[in-house]
Amino acid sequence: MTAPIDDLAGWTPDALGEPGTPRTVVTAPDPALSRPGTEVDPCDPETVRLAADLIATMRVSPGCVGLAAPQVGVSAQVFCVNVVGHPKAVTVHGTFALCNATVVEASRWRPGREGCMSVPDLTGDVKRASRLVVEAQMPGTGVTVKFAADGFEARALQHEIDHCSGLLFLDRVAGAHAVYQRKVYL
Amino acid sequence: MQELAITVIGRDRPGIVADVAGVLAGLGANLTDSTMTRLRGHFAMTLVCNGPEAGAVEAALAPLTADGQLLATVRAVEPDAGGAPQGEPYLVSVHGADRLGIVAAVTRVVEEEGGNVTDLTTRLTGPLYLLIAEVDLPPDTAERLADRLHAVAKELDVEVTLRHAESDLL
Repeated sequence: MTAPIDDLAGWTPDALGEPGTPRTVVTAPDPALSRPGTEVDPCDPETVRLAADLIATMRVSPGCVGLAAPQVGVSAQVFCVNVVGHPKAVTVHGTFALCNATVVEASRWRPGREGCMSVPDLTGDVKRASRLVVEAQMPGTGVTVKFAADGFEARALQHEIDHCSGLLFLDRVAGAHAVYQRKVYL
Repeated sequence: MQELAITVIGRDRPGIVADVAGVLAGLGANLTDSTMTRLRGHFAMTLVCNGPEAGAVEAALAPLTADGQLLATVRAVEPDAGGAPQGEPYLVSVHGADRLGIVAAVTRVVEEEGGNVTDLTTRLTGPLYLLIAEVDLPPDTAERLADRLHAVAKELDVEVTLRHAESDLL
């Protein structure tokens, strides 16, 4: 018997009640990226501000589809995702932030090459589940949600949940020959 | 300190990397980019490091190569000017029956189309020959290169695919 799966309980960034301010993104080997994030109180004003700032930072970062608290130097289990308009997106839940997210189910593992704002010069081949069920709490409302994500949104979620555990894609690359220098597109 | 290009190759045995890296660390030579792999029972190390004068490194590696099982070369090189490589990344895969000249023919076509090979691996297993290459291509050349690769592959009687090695920023 599969547990019922809800959507994001009607959550939008408006629930945060503030526009947020972009923060500076840290890059490896900054130790903040390797520290597991602590669980947060989703209704704590500091968490709400962090979520708003992450979304604001994501919005001003070209090509960015997700950003986690450790990437702005905060060891907390908070991140945001937005895959709207991405050509590989299957499910699209809009712009959202999650607290204390955990993977409940992961299946249909697929390889893919990914990069990260915090590892600006490298990309790597990483196997990720293309079908995911995530449980988390919404910042601001504190509502617990459980929802399914497929395809690129599932990859983005796993990448951000990894950040909240102190893991980079470099910790999951498929082999010694699966890391590449990121190219500058002409 | 200067940038050194070092190659070490020899019959594979446990400990080659540890031995070579230990010598370099002992000299204060900092290993930067490297690739090390086993090729048909030989272990090959190609690396760049920042270290002392080349002759001193060669002398320090001499005890490792004295029995003739390892060959080491050390050469001072000019440091790269820096900057990320330019172009769009593509993957070339070639497989088929082994025959002379596959790598030469495929990489020549890539070069003639303005492409640059950034990584390349070949394997011969039984009668099967495999070539996987990462290439950077100038904009709008992939289609033409694909056509030319297919023509070359037909002559060589091998299969070829050219795929965009796209990566997603997360």
